[in-house]
Amino acid sequence: NPFQHRICQVFSTSDDRDDSMSFEDFLDMLSVFSDAATSDIKSYYAFRIFDFDDDGTLDRKDLEKLVNCLTGQGEESRLSNAEMEQLIQNILEESDIDKDGTINLSEFQHVVSRSPDFASSFKIVL
Amino acid sequence: MAQPPSFTLRVPEDTDSNGQEPSPDNEGALHTSFHQLIQEQSSLIEAGLELEMQARGREDPARLTAPDACATEPGQGEEHPSYSSASLQILASMPSRTIGRSRGAIISQYYNRTARLQRRSSRPPLQQLCRAARPSLRQYDLETDPARATLEDKRSLLVKGLLNLSPSQRSHMLLTVPLSLAEKRTLRQELSGQRGPPRQHSQHRAPSSPCGWSKDYIVLGCRDLWYRLLSLLPAGQPWHYALKQIGGRFGSSVLSYFLFLKTLLVFNIFSFLILLIFVVALQAAYPPALASPQPFTGLELLTGAGYFTHSLLYYGYYSNITLNDPCVSSPNGSTCPLAAPLLPYNMPLAYTFSIGVYFLVTCVLLVYSMSHSFGESYRVGSSAGELAIKVFCAWDFKVIQRRSVKLQRENIRTQLKELLAEQRSRSRSLSLCQRLGHTAVLLLAWALSLSTVLGCVLAVHYFSEHMHVVQQDHRARGSGEQQQEAILLVLPLVVSLLNALMPHLYNLLAMWEKQDSPVAQVYMAICRNLILKMVILGLLCYQWLRWRVVCSTEECWETCVGQELYRFVVMDFIFTLLDTLFGELVWRLILEKRLKRKQRPEFDIARNVLELIYGQTLTWLGVLFAPLLPAVQMLKLLLLFYIKKTSLMQNCQSPSKPWQASRMSTVFITLLCFPSFLGAAIFLSYTIWSVRPSETCGPFQGLETIYKSGKTWVQVLAKSNPNITWLAWVYQHLVENTFLLFFMSGFLLAVIYFNVQVVRGQRRIIRLLKEQIANEGEDKIFLIQKLHSVYEQRERRA
Repeated sequence: NPFQHRICQVFSTSDDRDDSMSFEDFLDMLSVFSDAATSDIKSYYAFRIFDFDDDGTLDRKDLEKLVNCLTGQGEESRLSNAEMEQLIQNILEESDIDKDGTINLSEFQHVVSRSPDFASSFKIVL
Repeated sequence: MAQPPSFTLRVPEDTDSNGQEPSPDNEGALHTSFHQLIQEQSSLIEAGLELEMQARGREDPARLTAPDACATEPGQGEEHPSYSSASLQILASMPSRTIGRSRGAIISQYYNRTARLQRRSSRPPLQQLCRAARPSLRQYDLETDPARATLEDKRSLLVKGLLNLSPSQRSHMLLTVPLSLAEKRTLRQELSGQRGPPRQHSQHRAPSSPCGWSKDYIVLGCRDLWYRLLSLLPAGQPWHYALKQIGGRFGSSVLSYFLFLKTLLVFNIFSFLILLIFVVALQAAYPPALASPQPFTGLELLTGAGYFTHSLLYYGYYSNITLNDPCVSSPNGSTCPLAAPLLPYNMPLAYTFSIGVYFLVTCVLLVYSMSHSFGESYRVGSSAGELAIKVFCAWDFKVIQRRSVKLQRENIRTQLKELLAEQRSRSRSLSLCQRLGHTAVLLLAWALSLSTVLGCVLAVHYFSEHMHVVQQDHRARGSGEQQQEAILLVLPLVVSLLNALMPHLYNLLAMWEKQDSPVAQVYMAICRNLILKMVILGLLCYQWLRWRVVCSTEECWETCVGQELYRFVVMDFIFTLLDTLFGELVWRLILEKRLKRKQRPEFDIARNVLELIYGQTLTWLGVLFAPLLPAVQMLKLLLLFYIKKTSLMQNCQSPSKPWQASRMSTVFITLLCFPSFLGAAIFLSYTIWSVRPSETCGPFQGLETIYKSGKTWVQVLAKSNPNITWLAWVYQHLVENTFLLFFMSGFLLAVIYFNVQVVRGQRRIIRLLKEQIANEGEDKIFLIQKLHSVYEQRERRA
């Protein structure tokens, strides 16, 4: 899972910042990824996972890293620069409602609530 | 009016800046108010950062110094040229950015929500309502509270707010707060510690509170019990591991097929239980006296005739008398000298009512699941924003195998590239020639597919007539029973063959057509296959009911039709097996050994789901004539699950086309409901209302139509007991009168119109709100620019 590091970072509450997870953190993670979690919680944690630099918004760099994670890190599996530009431009056009160049939590939740598949794909089955 | 924050005019050094720009009157006040705000915010930031450092140790110290580090980089991003560190700190602590990060922000946000929930139950008096155009929640926002609430204060406020809610709302709110488990546990402990006293709050709540409280407790108790039951029974979730395996390797799209299969199985089990209890079991307990059954040969499993003809499987076996009745005579017979029987059971009535209840229960279940999945998958105004949704929601976290993960990445990359290419080509408008050519190709493909459908239908028609002639011939010649029955198998074989081969032809057609969007391709394939199957089934139904071709010489035509349907179901199953074998196993072997390609055949979800729908339609058509047919269908579905799963694991790879799983599930349930179930219901209604049952067999012997049995029963009931003549009246004036039907359809239309208007209003509101948010965004950018210019001027002066 390409998001494994981010997941560990987001859910670990340890003081050493080595992304280790206690049992409670593990429970947290599983409860968020389970069926019973509301889509609010899921989208909240998805936002945190996608926010690679932890600044509270998804800006261009975050989006670029996200797309690279999705498509793969190898040279031939990345999108070309022009395609990446076009993609990020389109994403920002579609989801940035207040046109500040970044996507904050509310905008992200609004975009994600429009897709009915999100809850079923943001799930880990035990 | 919303009170503007009261700021004192200060900082005389800014006054000379007023004269430089042509400004509105209160720009000076604006500047000074900003200055005040900035001072508030910076002190808040310091407090906030301190709190964050204490409370969340996992914040990266690099991030804390990032606002300062940003200042050293002159060109941080195109939109932040040389912003000062203070302004960047302010930007970083904007509510829209901190809402995802700091615990204090989350707590205050949820406190606002609980306050809103509490207020919803009791309306505030009219004087307190804000009349400003943009009522701000600043009055409730803890972040800008000059008291500077600490984390502990915020938490205690949240606890107080939660206590004022009802228990179910409270548990729901606790469930949805995105805090860690330790936090939630402390909140819950504080809540349970403080729960006793606040009875004086009850007067603020709605007057129906005692009932509401007990209802909430009951609901919570039930939910606890249900969870405990679920955890104790692993068998309560059959196939859990198998589904997890499939989802882990192939993702949600293929999983949706298996979930659909499971849904169909559940439908069949529930509705078959009704038939089993009320019709089949009782008839099995009181078998009618019939001619000695024929010996069992293996061919019966395929043809359904022979040994099975006079068995529980078919309509002809069921008796038309009242079971367990010592005076066995016609229903309107003379008085019976013996004592009244213990439990008389009117078989024809039971048969009619069971079939009726079967269809009613199936209808209710279908409509419920259709509306449920429609509600989940349809969103108002969801047409735009495909790319963003694709990027954010495309990653399927269920997939766990390495190879599948790699495959998923490739798929996502391909889909993103396709979407981008489609957008580019859409922006480039096609020339007239190309558009005409495209339309012509589309029309030609549709004409071709419709003509193939027509061709298939005519072929089936003539072939069935031919087979009938052959059958008559054999019967006249007196050839063996087995040969005669084997001939019966040919028509189902031909129909199943057509159903199996035509989809591949349509696939080839689609490849030649080269549609732009893959979603449209899937829809068109589904349409064409569905049209073919439904038209063939329609022709067959017409033939059976007119009994002109098949079953015209039979005494008991219902048993004959039941046998035909049984044969169709069995043939369908056999052909599905063959299709799996050849389409997947053999194809994979060919690909690997001969053509030496690494690719495996894809699992064609649409085609497989349509086959399931077809099989289910056959079952519904045949229930009246063969009450045990749902059991056959259940067995078939069980076997199909395991066979498909094994074949999938060994032979296939996940589909590369994009597949919106929940929207497709909605489409499939709708297809199951509308052409399939509706067609079966129409067929059944026509049979019950207009077709004459056969004279010598079955529960409705000698009656004019099956419907008459219910009518005569009501009349007999009215005659026997004068107290319930109202039943006959109700029956006559409500059920038989067509006015009720018109009234119901008018009511339904009104409900639909109302819902359409509501949706339209919602769309308008969404558009207005989006415009408002865009305006707010422009405001925000304007304010940020002004802020930075203020700071620049200060720095330049300093």
